Amino acid sequence: MDKRAAFRSWWLPSLFALPQIILILLFFYWPAVAVLRWAFTLEPPFGGAAEFVGLANFQEVFADPLYWNSVGVSLAFALCGTLATIFIGLVLALAVDRQLPGSAPFRFLYILPYAIAGPAAGMAFRFILSPERGLMASVNAAFPDFWNPAKYGSHALILVIVVFAWKWAGYTFIFLLAGLQSVPRSLIEAAAMDGCGPIRRAVDIQIPLLAPTLFFLLVIMMTEGFVGADTYGIVARTTDGGPNHGTDVMVYRIVEEAFRGLNYSGASAQSLVLIGLIMIFTFIQFRFIERQVHYK
Amino acid sequence: MADIAIRAVRKSYGKNPTLHGIDLSFASGEFVVILGPSGCGKSTLLRMIAGLEEITSGEIAINGKVVNRLEPRERGCAMVFQNYALYPHMTVAGNIGYALKVAGVPKTERLRRIEETAKIVGLSDYLDRKPAALSGGQRQRVAMARAIIREPNVFLFDEPLSNLDAKLRVTMRAEIRKLHQRLQATSIFVTHDQVEAMTLADKLVVMNKGVVEQVGQPLDIYHRPASIFVASFIGSPAMNLFDATVDVENAYLAFGGTKMSINNGHAVRLGSRQITVGIRPEQCVVAPDGVSIKVDFIEELGSGRIIHSELNGYPFAASVDEHLRVRPGDRVTLKLPLAHMHLFDKETGRRIEIDLEPRGTGSFSSQPALQAV
Repeated sequence: MDKRAAFRSWWLPSLFALPQIILILLFFYWPAVAVLRWAFTLEPPFGGAAEFVGLANFQEVFADPLYWNSVGVSLAFALCGTLATIFIGLVLALAVDRQLPGSAPFRFLYILPYAIAGPAAGMAFRFILSPERGLMASVNAAFPDFWNPAKYGSHALILVIVVFAWKWAGYTFIFLLAGLQSVPRSLIEAAAMDGCGPIRRAVDIQIPLLAPTLFFLLVIMMTEGFVGADTYGIVARTTDGGPNHGTDVMVYRIVEEAFRGLNYSGASAQSLVLIGLIMIFTFIQFRFIERQVHYK
Repeated sequence: MADIAIRAVRKSYGKNPTLHGIDLSFASGEFVVILGPSGCGKSTLLRMIAGLEEITSGEIAINGKVVNRLEPRERGCAMVFQNYALYPHMTVAGNIGYALKVAGVPKTERLRRIEETAKIVGLSDYLDRKPAALSGGQRQRVAMARAIIREPNVFLFDEPLSNLDAKLRVTMRAEIRKLHQRLQATSIFVTHDQVEAMTLADKLVVMNKGVVEQVGQPLDIYHRPASIFVASFIGSPAMNLFDATVDVENAYLAFGGTKMSINNGHAVRLGSRQITVGIRPEQCVVAPDGVSIKVDFIEELGSGRIIHSELNGYPFAASVDEHLRVRPGDRVTLKLPLAHMHLFDKETGRRIEIDLEPRGTGSFSSQPALQAV
């Protein structure tokens, strides 16, 4: 049966589509085109005529050692964040999937962090993991400077990764739990009959069968780690990219350059490079990792 | 080799009881079939033996050892699942050998045993395939091989043939039986298919609504069903059942619009309670005198035919000779031999142990009756 609605006039369907078209034009195509234009021109910070400069913006970006620093930081952030998120989500999902008595509320609890905005979580963790007053304060009392994100870039990076993982583990948890629940129960039972304990079952049966979900999450979380709004929000609220550019991830750097440094052209060039990077990463993931995935 | 004892086993899910106190014991090496309609608790019972389902109360002992608190792997059972439960990401060899791998058997030893087992079930040429590339029958064989390789004390089969087509089912049935003769391991086979049950079982357990209705050898159960449920469940086509009354004074049994004289003593013993009489379609004999029925439709079986009709509002089926010329709408006169009448208490549903007439010698007495035509 044909379920399409048939319109006799052209203006009525157009009218229905109009709000969506306006939104897309206004908030997607216009900025995208602007970024593309700005990347190849020199945009005056306080308005005025722009000058076409070819690849000069890119040359400037690539020549900046701080830019390469931020690429490295972003890579570390996205990789560690992704792996931590997926690992935590997986462990939680495996635990909840066993459906032991009393496990039902946890299904809900584990998803909750995902409902909290990244910047808010970042603020909270600034206090929770504060070197003077937080959870690590007593450790610091015994070993001075064991944990000090205000002082060490590596500590600060760990801090933002922790916040990122804390929030996004809830997201991977939902997908992994759904994936686990689609693994036939009889397979788990067969493995139990074959002599496996819960951990062996997870490693040998459940995780291989989750491969499509894990791959999906890998792509999504890598992208989220590189360009996600949360990545910017968490860094901005927790460490401000510091100390000494230790957490200066690419998105944070782009926003800072554009809106604090008013270097629209440089930021636009960096955006294009970032998009290119994401595409390369996604390509690599599909090319080399997806091959190992068994779809049912 | 292991004997199994099930004592007062109950199971409830929350407040819903599904098994109401099961007592059974199986001898070592026996092939037991648990038969019942879906939802009767037979699979639950099997899964409790396997250790996949918690036992609410009562106890299960394998080889004299109570296994209630043991993990599945500690019970020495192997199970063949209804949907085979093959690991889709492993090859056939991987599937068959997985239990050995978990047990830490060295690789060369493992490969040797995988090949040995694959040979038993005829899968030697398929060891490198994934389950998805196998036919239903081959998957079934992998599932069996996976159970065999562990050399278990107890084989558990959870409706393993119900996903196969009719022809393959017959073949696999024979193979399972052969396998049992070879391995001699105690086997428990759950099914809702009475033909499977009759052909496979040394001992047949008929279950309904969470209770055991009858335990015995298949032929005994066929010939002396212990309840109305068993009578109607075992045998195809199903036994004809009628509500009946006894006239003690005049010594006759009235059902389905007919009266049959019975022995005075029997009449007294039956008393005036409500009873149900049953007679199997294959025991009804075309004869010059008896009840007259109008044929509604005919099922052809090739080797014979089943005529369906009605007797005073009760559905009625009779197996007749393939040579009998009969068409829908014809009237046929059937003799219902008293010797093959089963009597049940209508209220309790239990069998009343009265043979209205001796059945003659041997367990099968349909032969002489047929000759009488």
